[in-house]
Amino acid sequence: MNEGAEDPGLYDFNPWRARPKIEWPDGKSVAVWVSPNLEFYELDPAANPHRKSWPKPHPDVVGYSHRDYANRVGHWRMAETMEKHGFKGSVSLSVALCDHIPEVVENANALGWEFFSHGIYNTRYSYGMDEAQERAIIEDSIKTVREATGQTIRGWLAPALTHTPRTLDLIAEYGLTYTCDLYHDDQPQPVHVKSGQLISMPYSIEVNDHYGFFVYNMSPRDYADTLIRQYERLAAEGEACGTVMCIPLHSYLIAQPHRIRAFEEVLKHIAADGRAWITRSGDIAEHYLAQAGAGK
Amino acid sequence: MSLDPTYLEYKRRRRGMDQDLYPWSNINDRPPIAWPSGKGVAVALFVNLEWFPITPADKPFRAPGHMQTAYPDFRHYTAREYGTRIGFYRMLDAFATAGARATIAVNAAIAERYPSIIADIVAGGHEIVAHSTDMNGTIATGIDEDVERRLIQDSLDTLERVSGTRPRGWQSIARSQSWNTPRLLTEAGVTYMCDWVNDDLPYEMATPAGSIINVPVNHELSDRQIITVQQQSADSFAEQIRDAYALFADESVRGGRMLTIQLTPYVMGLPFRISALETLLEWLARQPQAWFASTGDIVDGIAGVRN
Repeated sequence: MNEGAEDPGLYDFNPWRARPKIEWPDGKSVAVWVSPNLEFYELDPAANPHRKSWPKPHPDVVGYSHRDYANRVGHWRMAETMEKHGFKGSVSLSVALCDHIPEVVENANALGWEFFSHGIYNTRYSYGMDEAQERAIIEDSIKTVREATGQTIRGWLAPALTHTPRTLDLIAEYGLTYTCDLYHDDQPQPVHVKSGQLISMPYSIEVNDHYGFFVYNMSPRDYADTLIRQYERLAAEGEACGTVMCIPLHSYLIAQPHRIRAFEEVLKHIAADGRAWITRSGDIAEHYLAQAGAGK
Repeated sequence: MSLDPTYLEYKRRRRGMDQDLYPWSNINDRPPIAWPSGKGVAVALFVNLEWFPITPADKPFRAPGHMQTAYPDFRHYTAREYGTRIGFYRMLDAFATAGARATIAVNAAIAERYPSIIADIVAGGHEIVAHSTDMNGTIATGIDEDVERRLIQDSLDTLERVSGTRPRGWQSIARSQSWNTPRLLTEAGVTYMCDWVNDDLPYEMATPAGSIINVPVNHELSDRQIITVQQQSADSFAEQIRDAYALFADESVRGGRMLTIQLTPYVMGLPFRISALETLLEWLARQPQAWFASTGDIVDGIAGVRN
């Protein structure tokens, strides 16, 4: 990126009209990927001068224990529901979860889920890191996930969405092919990097369960309705040029007892519709990159 | 630009949790719980009965729901009192109609000021949980250990003196604790606390003074969260509780589950909302797997199958 410039120069303007057609396998119109965040939050992390880990004095009992619900209860309920309807996860992973609670990572790996890095912990932020420090978390991520799962990570979602001006260049240099940190499009798009080849994978802030429940204050059924509307629109538009729909989740939210059944209706709807390529983020990236015109 | 090098040291990166209070556990791997009632879902109605001084204290923090305008904030002071004088009685009647034993988390100041309300709670067969002294009795890191110890002691002593029974359970204001709270509660003889929200069943925590049970009272399934914070209707609140019940009833083939419903008299006890609660309780009372239980009943029901 152009550090300090008003336009960071991340990508070219590529208007929605008249793009070369993106074709998904089997003539599907929309690639749907579900992205559970499998995270670990520390109760008393070191302080980053640019951002507090917890809004309250430590211990932030509710903040920490709400998120810990994910690993004791939520993940298992969410994973069962996804598996029942044929959805594999593409995991944004706090890689330290491999050390703390390997059972969760092993379960996801055994289900055929893909892993990409979401930093070491969701309580450690990139703000203010120098290049060596940032390289250390990328190298740690690659090594930790490889040792725990046998997978080589292909994507990145910055820990707690904290970046430095060099993050995208560095992950491309390490051979990663996609970033989930840019929200400017409904299709994969090339990102300008110093070396390597990086694309932006459509993720979503707006239909993230956290935004649904805690920014827009939706009821569980309102959130499910939102996802179905999002899906219907993208599936229809994707007939002309393939689209991508991401459903980013946190099991401490979506797998709460009052929410999981409403969400299950969304999975049923998409699975039954027939227009969706239900897949994983890395597969979308690979397919897109293999198509003509997907170069830098 | 660079961060302090220690920012990349992870001293607690290890197998298990990053603290020593409790071990990780998967709810599906624990020995299944059979509730004493033989039903699948223990339903805990959990009311917060609170007294807000019109002179709010901001140390260590101002309690949620506390005074908001310049002194004297008659609006919020009296609206909270409405809950205690009127709304709570509507709830007691609704519990009686449904045949429900509830849990009432009470500020000691309520017992001190309005002893007859404690007599009504006891006569209704409900359990009292200690809920600090009054809504200025907040706890967070930084509070002096002796001050916190005295606050816990005063709350328990007052509630015991007025109700005739020493509370076994505790809930902090806003669930906020200091690093010392679990130990101080254990030292004070409290059996269980209702602050941490990381499970659908109680589990055990270790403190230097011995162990204490934590009963996760789901903070999302509260009328304050759904109605006041998220601005949803009382009917939507009731629908979300019914959905949660249905999920737990199905999951109870794997072992007993626990549905907790936190209620606030000045929120749910209002005339235009109370019927949503009454209808919900009547519905729950008809469900074949529902067992109205206090948090103490639930703690007794999991004896021997913790963690």
